[in-house]
Amino acid sequence: MAHSAAPTAAPSLDVDTLLRDQETRIIVCTGAGGVGKTTVAAALGLRAAESGRRVVVLTIDPARRLAQSLGLTELDNTPRPVVGVDTSAGGSLDAMMLDMKRTFDEVVEAHATPDKAQQILANPFYQAVSSSFAGTQEYMAMEKLGQLRARAASEHTWDLIVVDTPPSRSALDFLDAPKRLGSFLDGRFIRLLMAPAKAGGRAYLKVFSSGVTMATTVMSKILGGQVLQDVQTFVAALDTMFGGFRERADKTYALLKNPETAFVVVAAPERDALREASFFVDRLDEEGMPLAGVVINRIQRLAAPSLSGSRALAAAEQLAESATASATAPMTAGLLRLHATLAEAAGRQEALAQRFTAGHPGIPLVEVPAAGQDIHDLDGLRQVGRALTAG
Amino acid sequence: MTPATPSHAGVRLHIVTGKGGTGKTTVAAALALALARQGKRVLLAEVEERQGISQTFDVPPLGHEETRIVHERGGGELYGMSVDVRESLMEYLQKFYKLGRAGSVLEKVGAVDFATTIAPGLRDVLLIGKVYEAAGRHGSSRQHDRPVYDAVVLDAPPTGRVVRFLNVNAEVADVARVGPIRTQADSITRMLRSHRTAVHVVSLLEEMPVQETVDALAELKKASLPVGAVIINQVHEQALDGGDLETVAADPDGLGAAVTADLKSVSVRTSAAMVTGLLAEGTEHADRVALQQEQEAILTGLGRQVYRLPLLPEGTEAGGIRVLADALTQQAMI
Repeated sequence: MAHSAAPTAAPSLDVDTLLRDQETRIIVCTGAGGVGKTTVAAALGLRAAESGRRVVVLTIDPARRLAQSLGLTELDNTPRPVVGVDTSAGGSLDAMMLDMKRTFDEVVEAHATPDKAQQILANPFYQAVSSSFAGTQEYMAMEKLGQLRARAASEHTWDLIVVDTPPSRSALDFLDAPKRLGSFLDGRFIRLLMAPAKAGGRAYLKVFSSGVTMATTVMSKILGGQVLQDVQTFVAALDTMFGGFRERADKTYALLKNPETAFVVVAAPERDALREASFFVDRLDEEGMPLAGVVINRIQRLAAPSLSGSRALAAAEQLAESATASATAPMTAGLLRLHATLAEAAGRQEALAQRFTAGHPGIPLVEVPAAGQDIHDLDGLRQVGRALTAG
Repeated sequence: MTPATPSHAGVRLHIVTGKGGTGKTTVAAALALALARQGKRVLLAEVEERQGISQTFDVPPLGHEETRIVHERGGGELYGMSVDVRESLMEYLQKFYKLGRAGSVLEKVGAVDFATTIAPGLRDVLLIGKVYEAAGRHGSSRQHDRPVYDAVVLDAPPTGRVVRFLNVNAEVADVARVGPIRTQADSITRMLRSHRTAVHVVSLLEEMPVQETVDALAELKKASLPVGAVIINQVHEQALDGGDLETVAADPDGLGAAVTADLKSVSVRTSAAMVTGLLAEGTEHADRVALQQEQEAILTGLGRQVYRLPLLPEGTEAGGIRVLADALTQQAMI
């Protein structure tokens, strides 16, 4: 028997089953920047809440008007109830926006003595790392997820956490950042800088001394002695918290492998975004992380699908050339040309989506049509939610 | 319409930023190519190790070495590089401290990674420092009094981070108040704030990119950095002209009969659903155009020169980048 040449259709992603399944406790929306992750996360959260789940949505960087509609006017790192949600099914919706610096500060405060915490928070290097270390945002998103999960378990506040991931260069950054921070803290130089403090004696130091002395001499020459001292203070202070950092990052990472988690990969029907989604899907598979499916967002839909693009274009030309054309002919020709452009875009997107499906057979997929307007209110989110289940 | 002198003819360092996803790498590449097509020797640099340049021009991945990627028949040349922070530090140490061996020891014990990680400002100073060096370099291959590059285009970090990236003085103030790094930062800042530098912001006609453009311009101004142009990328071709658009949006239902008759006159087999569908596509398009106009008005109201680049349905492959380069030249940006 020869294999059929026809492309296999992807199974459709059943979002409602996912949302109603009480075993689903965490949904992580991920994908390349600019594909609408935040909107999808908020739409999933709202739909789950209105079907009876008690939901908290953690957003990272929402568009201003969307943030306002979710009541996220204050960046205070605390979930707040969203106004206007239909709670008749017994659900609720809270939302929050991640404050990366404050989350980091909280971690420090939770893991160090008050004295030490103060010392760390005031250190100039801590301030640099906590606000601009590459990966801090991803790490803190994961940290916050861990906190929300713990709170959900202890206070029974929420039974579903929906997380939006940072607008990284690569979707994989979200998974890799905690390890990167870990390996930075485990770095050889950092251990060398701490060695004197740890061993408390010269004997230990001697083993490493030549390289380190040279390195520290050079660094203080370039940066100034005060700088190196600040660095050493910072590193020594952080040392007490290393265990806590690592342990929590590992724990949250493990949580992501748990069947209570579902990853929803969001992509736009564009080559780069789909390639990014591809990488991520493969990576989840490798890590044994549970993928619920892929959302192809903002796909072009035709309201007049029975008319082909080429036929529309030909008719537009005929109308333009016609000697007996009516007064409305230029407008009709314009509508036909518009239709041809849309049909071309739709065809291209369909081809891209099919190629993705062919490369990842069996992965559930749902397409969300492009809206004419930006989505910035609960009704818009409800519409996206409906589209997510209409696949 | 076209000004006699291109708006940014005197600029030697073009810095291109924009929200992620707006196509700033594409615009930086198009700008660099447009300059090269004028017969100039141009360097296009990226600083985030994304290999965006190599993807855009379909050439092998670039490293810290300046590599020629385009040679124009008119004599123009385009070089590309992906600035590497470690290499930059080594060059810097070599130049100011003659640290041959110590440099590699630093590398070996992980001090370089450490320093650039723990002091992100240091990383930025090194990256921008390399671009500064290239922009100011006077070479031996040509006449000694002439700069090696006629222009340098920097594909900079996105709008959210660009001011911090360029504001090297403030960054360095955190780590060093005196010393050679400080001196270096001061001369970089002098160049960045001069009229030979322009920071261009790329936007799309969508809410978030426009908001970020507005914010970025304000921040750049506050940091005394020279704001260049606003470049609107991916501008859709208009299928319906303004008047028709209004007609469709005003009363789509009332137009059904007329559209049906027009379609029949050119032998299209119509159905009620098809006509309703065409009109629905028209009204949705009108909504989108209205939204885009709203966003465009915000951008043109910023008081900067605005340039527009067309949406390329097929992407930047197969000569697309040249189409964009020509569009910038035609609009007399450079």
